[in-house]
Amino acid sequence: MQSSSENIFELKVKSSTHYLGEIREFIQAAALENNIPEKIIADVILSVDEACTNIIKHAYHSNPQNDFIIKLFFSKNEIKIVLVDYGDSFNLNAIESPNMEIYFKQKRVGGLGLYLIRSLMDEVKYKSIKGEYNELILAKKLN
Amino acid sequence: MSEFSANASERLDVQVINLNGYLDAHTAPQLESTFSELIGSNKYKIVVNFQELKYISSAGLGVFMAFIEKIRDNKGDIKLVEMKPNVFNIFDLLGFPLLYEIYEKESDAINRFQNPKE
Repeated sequence: MQSSSENIFELKVKSSTHYLGEIREFIQAAALENNIPEKIIADVILSVDEACTNIIKHAYHSNPQNDFIIKLFFSKNEIKIVLVDYGDSFNLNAIESPNMEIYFKQKRVGGLGLYLIRSLMDEVKYKSIKGEYNELILAKKLN
Repeated sequence: MSEFSANASERLDVQVINLNGYLDAHTAPQLESTFSELIGSNKYKIVVNFQELKYISSAGLGVFMAFIEKIRDNKGDIKLVEMKPNVFNIFDLLGFPLLYEIYEKESDAINRFQNPKE
């Protein structure tokens, strides 16, 4: 789209929650370098943390031998985040946002991450090429 | 990187858990252990102080959901206090204020345990 004016950052991570702190620091540093407002940085950090946690737990079943990739694209109007993994895929549209009161009554734990991502990001897209890779694309508008 | 601690201490028969640092999927099991220990010794009146907590993700929020029913079944509660705005916003987004008592001051939550009818 506007590749000529994009700043791109990339991080390859092992699939362990041990690296979540490192992932947050990577986003923080890249966002500060691009003069992103604090509130937007916080929303992006939480959304990416949630998405990475889902990859680690559900795509890779917490096996730390696997890798996934985080790419950040900063352009004038938005931050785009692309997460690529090579593990099990899921059906994004099949996961509904929970009604919290019912959710509490059912004593469910977990599954809140996607709800937060959908609440905080302006765009959430998922693509899975069977046997090759899964790609989650998040975008946050800057204005 | 994922620095986090959860330390419990007793005040007027109420257990206060002080959170510090970053509560995420990596560190949430530490908080689970703290709750398990309190429940294991039949301590159900719990105040969680967020003053030194810099960050929380849904894995952290899940810990409070995991234990609340057992605690309330035993006539106790988890009350949440002194959250920074960025942390409160996440609780708010998920509807927690409807289901948990959240106070600005720790002493208010402790008083509520002492005088539940007020």
